[in-house]
This record gives sequence, C-alpha cells and structure tokens, in this order.
Amino acid sequence: MVKKIDVRGFSCPQPVMLVKKAIDAGENEIVVMVNDEVAVGNVQRLAQNNGFTVEIKRQQDEKLIKLKK
Amino acid sequence: MLIKFKPAWWVIITGTVFGAFFASLIKWGNPPNMGVCAVCFLRDTAGALGLHRIDTLSYIRPEIIGFILGSTIIALITREFKTMGGSSPILRLLIGAFVTIGALVFLGCPIRMLGRIAGGDWVALEGLLGLVVGIYIGVQFLKAGFNLGRMQILPSSSGWVMPLIAIGLLILLVAKLEFIGFGGKTHAPLIVSLVAGLIVSGFAQRSRFCTIGGIRDLILIGDSHLFQGFIALLVVAFIFNLILGQFNPGKLPIAHMEFIWNFAGMLLAGLGLVMLGGCPFRQMVMSGYGNTDAGITVLGMLFGAGLAHNFKLAASPQGVSLNGKIAVLLGIIILLIIGFTNRETTEGAKNG
Repeated sequence: MVKKIDVRGFSCPQPVMLVKKAIDAGENEIVVMVNDEVAVGNVQRLAQNNGFTVEIKRQQDEKLIKLKK
Repeated sequence: MLIKFKPAWWVIITGTVFGAFFASLIKWGNPPNMGVCAVCFLRDTAGALGLHRIDTLSYIRPEIIGFILGSTIIALITREFKTMGGSSPILRLLIGAFVTIGALVFLGCPIRMLGRIAGGDWVALEGLLGLVVGIYIGVQFLKAGFNLGRMQILPSSSGWVMPLIAIGLLILLVAKLEFIGFGGKTHAPLIVSLVAGLIVSGFAQRSRFCTIGGIRDLILIGDSHLFQGFIALLVVAFIFNLILGQFNPGKLPIAHMEFIWNFAGMLLAGLGLVMLGGCPFRQMVMSGYGNTDAGITVLGMLFGAGLAHNFKLAASPQGVSLNGKIAVLLGIIILLIIGFTNRETTEGAKNG
C-alpha cells in the first residue's frame, strides 16, 4: 500500500514531521504532495537520510515526491 | 537520538558570509557589539517612521531593506517567487510583536546574540540558554501537533507588498524626507549596509539559513543541516572580531546583566519563533519572495518594536524595567495559550 501524505500549504517543519511519522511507522512507499520548494528539499533530505530513493514529479503548481525503500 | 552530519555547503557559506559581515559592519560604523540585529534594526526603522519616539534609535536600516529584497532578486532569477499566505495571519502578527519585545528585553535577535558571543560578550550566553529552552518548549508543542494552519496560493499582488514596502523604505531613506527620523548616527555607509543585506539575503534564499531552524531541527529530528550555518556564523564572526581587534571578553556595550530577564526574554523569543517557523531574519527573507505570512510577521515585529519603546518595555544597558518584565511574562502566557489552542485538525495531517 502506498501511503499518501498531503503537505500542501504547510511550511517546515510540518511537512518533514508528517513524512517522518510515516517513515517511523514503517511505511516503505510514500507519495508526498508538496507545493513549497523549501519543503521539497527538506523532505528529499529526510528521505535520503533514511535510505529511500526519491523521485520528484512536477504537476502544474505542485510536486509529487515518490519515496521508495 | 543520533545526530546526522552531512556538510551543508550552502548553509555553511551563508553563515560564513553573515559572520564576516557581522564583524565588518561594526568596523564600518554599525553600533559596537551589534553588527547586525534583525529586531534592533526593525526597532530603529520603527523609530524613523515615527512608530516610537526615541530619536537616537531612529534610522531606516538599509540592512532590513536588503534582507527583504536580496531574496526577491534571487527568487525571481530561480523562479521561486510564489505568493502564499493565510496561515493564521493575525496570530503571526501577535506572536511577531511578542517575539520582538522578548528580544528587546534581552537586547538582540538570535543573530546578534551569536555575534555578541563571538565578540566575547558572555552575558549573551544567558540569552542563548533561554533561547534553547524556548525552542525546546516550542518543539514539544510541534510534537503535540501544534501548527498555525495551511497556507493558500494567492494572486501575486499580495506577494509584492513586502518587496514594494522595502523599495519604499529605500526611497524614504535616500530622499531624506523631513518626517523621517535620522537621529540614529551609529551606522555604516548606506550603500555598504544595503549591499551587505542584499548579499546575505541572497545566499539565505538559496540555503534557507535560519538560526532558529538550526536548533529546532537538532532537537526535533536530529538533523544538523541548518545548525551548521549557526556554527559557521559564530566561528567566522569570532575570527573576524579577533582580526579586527573587536574581541573583548567580558561585559560589552548595549547589554545588561539581569540573568533572569536575559533568559526569559529569549525564552519568549525562542518559543514564538518556533511557532512562526523561523528567526526574524528568515521571516524577512521569506517575505521577500512571496510568503505573505512572513510579511505580516515582519509587520508585527515592527509594531512590537514601536510598542516596546512607547511602553518602556525594551531593556537598556541599565537593566530591565518593570513594564518589560510584565510584558515578557504576559507574552509567555499568551504564547502558551496559542500553543495549546492551535492543534492539527483532521484536515491537517491525516489526509490520505
């Protein structure tokens, strides 16, 4: 099951905290919806530090970050 | 918790440039022991605009203009200018005002605090202790689900308000209109201050440099990314102070010795700044590229700075007034209430 997290509109640290919660809960596949560049960088760093591969897809005004372990 | 270390070069460069400017600006004419201070400079700007009546603390600080516009310029180049806002603006204004009052009771924003320590002002360590405790309390609120709500994407006219205010301030400064205060005389040449502000802000826009974020992320997720900038600023300002003959261990100018109020003032600031999501400098940088919530926060800080002097809340080298002590306690109570009453909604975190 892919875990979907919508962090649009949140400024850091909320996006990182929400993704970290999912990582700590043992999720292996996470899709994060983001519309803030700072959050994109921070979520990417968190995921890579935790051994996830990161794929970023642009969708108009927002981005989808796919995390996979 | 294991702290992850991976060199964050952009953040380190930002801290390095900032530290170098901090010490150099003192040499070039800024107040001693206060090369750069985001809240003190907003306070001086408030005075210049007539929002308080202390003539010697009245000068539109070009650094503030640079802090806002540097990020505007870089964000336009990198296409990161994006207008967003609507996350509890009136609470941000209020928190911004109280943060400023707390910082003015200590006499410095987190950046000046680092610069003070780097100059040998050990009294500033009391502020650091308070700041860390305040951030720690803020992190507990974050862990319990505190947030001020989501921002919305807005039409870009809102995003241009703060950059245009900065340009307006620059025009007022250069035009020297009679209703603008110019009583503050200890300052570096206008162009030097402006360029320093622009450069630091430009780097910070890229690196997301933030003093509060540095300590917060260490405590919250064991991430040293932003903290590296905090250390770089401290170390480089220290080295430059040594070279420039400005390192004088002991009690330094524009500071007071009241431990409990240095501590409590910065506790208030640290707690509020975690709630706001970044230090005063970072708020200005964010306000420059479309974050209207950061913009309203900066205006709240300007308002708080005016009140801090009109109500005699700000400390002086002689110490802290009774009014200032009451305001700090009131501020801590109000921030705690905000912390307990703004929790994640079901719409907030649990989507999907």
